[in-house]
Amino acid sequence: MRQLIEFKNVVKEFNGVLVLKGINLVIHENEFVTLLGPSGCGKTTLLRILGGFISQSEGEVFFDGIEISNVPPYKREINTVFQRYALFPHMNVYDNIAFGLNIKKQDKNTIKQKVTRMLKLVGLEGYENRPVTLMSGGQQQRVAIARALVNEPMVLLLDEPLGALDLKLRKEMQHELKKIQQEVGITFIYVTHDQEEALTMSDTIVVMNNGEVQQIGTPTDIYNEPENRFVADFIGESNIMEGVMVDDYRVRFDETDFECIDSGYTEMTPVDIVLRPEDIDIVPVEMGKIKGIVQSSLFKGVHFEIVVESPYREYIIHTTDNAAIGQEVGLHFFPEDIHIMYKMGY
Amino acid sequence: MVGSKNRKLTRFFLIAGVLLFFYAPIASLMVFSFNDSRSLTSWAGFSTQWYTALFANREMMSAIYVTLLVALLSTFISTVVGTLTAIGISKSRKIIRELIINVNNFPILNPEIVTAIGLMLLFSSLSIEKGLITMLVAHIIFSTPYVILTVLPKLRGLDPDIAEAAMDLGATPAQALWKVIIPLIMPGVISGALLAFTMSFDDFVISYFVSGNGVKNISILVYTMSKRINPTINALSTILVVIITFVLLIVNLLPFLKKKELRGAE
Repeated sequence: MRQLIEFKNVVKEFNGVLVLKGINLVIHENEFVTLLGPSGCGKTTLLRILGGFISQSEGEVFFDGIEISNVPPYKREINTVFQRYALFPHMNVYDNIAFGLNIKKQDKNTIKQKVTRMLKLVGLEGYENRPVTLMSGGQQQRVAIARALVNEPMVLLLDEPLGALDLKLRKEMQHELKKIQQEVGITFIYVTHDQEEALTMSDTIVVMNNGEVQQIGTPTDIYNEPENRFVADFIGESNIMEGVMVDDYRVRFDETDFECIDSGYTEMTPVDIVLRPEDIDIVPVEMGKIKGIVQSSLFKGVHFEIVVESPYREYIIHTTDNAAIGQEVGLHFFPEDIHIMYKMGY
Repeated sequence: MVGSKNRKLTRFFLIAGVLLFFYAPIASLMVFSFNDSRSLTSWAGFSTQWYTALFANREMMSAIYVTLLVALLSTFISTVVGTLTAIGISKSRKIIRELIINVNNFPILNPEIVTAIGLMLLFSSLSIEKGLITMLVAHIIFSTPYVILTVLPKLRGLDPDIAEAAMDLGATPAQALWKVIIPLIMPGVISGALLAFTMSFDDFVISYFVSGNGVKNISILVYTMSKRINPTINALSTILVVIITFVLLIVNLLPFLKKKELRGAE
């Protein structure tokens, strides 16, 4: 895939506060990239710099090989789906979608054809004359997507576009967005704080925190091999422990040595250890690597969420077998379930 | 049941009383514009002589001309200036926004007579000859804050990303202003313009102090003739009331007509 966008050491300062602390990021053609992070991590700021609505304090942004910091938003081949859609309430659906084409003074027939094609793509045929103010959130969302895509941009920016929708509609739109991206074959850059959304749709996830990139990788990389405690904690529920590498393939936490599959650390390196709740099994006490007492059990639909208290900490376990509260149990996991990460700041 | 009937009657009389209090003076003024005698209190039969006299009176026709000219020009200029200022304010940093809004409120709260004397002294000290131009400038000055004040809430109600959305779709900042922002704040701009127009149309205090060289608007003229008042003034007032009633009717009916049109389109 060809490289399309590159952020080089982008810094943004607002009233003395560093919102972005030197972002380096490469985005390719036809890639579905998600900027994932908690609110205030700088993800929307990065998106707005790319859209041209604000400019960075330092650093460069390249688009198709050209530095675009001084290119105004209306000259960028980038379109945006805004968080609250920002539809034009004084226009109907057709005029909203045709807005960009009308500005470019395309002829009426071309506009009509393109708008009709877009309405079909987002499933809003027959809604041409409906005022946008009379549409539901999900429908407005579709209009916003059509209004951006009809301009045939090279990149579509989406700023938490599903935030205002209910759970069921959000799931539907996730699939639909992925489908639309594959159909039109352009780069999507998607901003969200919802890790599940990011895992579902993305080719690449960029995890951000405090104005810094924490990890860049595929959803499976990010989930299975988090690079640090923040990523592990943010992506899915985790049991995170502090420990040290005793030797190659041996890690010590909770005053016990466990076999693992990581090597190459210097001896006695302090590390963070992740155990995913679904990787832990509840077994009879004598078969467990760790012992503990069941504190609580919640039915979550597909699995039970069970909290087991050991002398050192509480473990969260996702399992399909229930366990009685107060019962002493053993916890079992395999060496490959232990994920070792360098401690943040090392 | 008797109690509720009584309450209904009380309500009726209360409303009737309020309406009578508001509109009886205007109604009497209109009736006596058709009086056949000079009296403003005793009816002597129907006639349109005061209307004829009104249109024959050059001084009065000139006052109407001055009033309309100043009102239309000052409304246009203060609406444009006020709207652009409001847009600027809405995009400014908070501290600047608060400062300008407070500065803007000052002339509204300030007693008119102070503004009037201030402007008079200003024009005198700059030795600007008082006349139509000074009146126009003064009217623009006192109308603009009202336009800003009526347009600002409309801007606050806009989606904060709306101008960016227009530019994102290829509109230059000027196009975004014309095609998106202005149409959306139009109701506020129109009420600002109406307010500016009525403020200018019936202004007396400020106009009196900043005008000169025989330039008079209706208010000044009526004031100077108040010692020898005659029903021509009633005739003039009647015409104004009729015009204003029509304008109000149109302004209030327009949204209804528009809604019908929308429903027809669906």
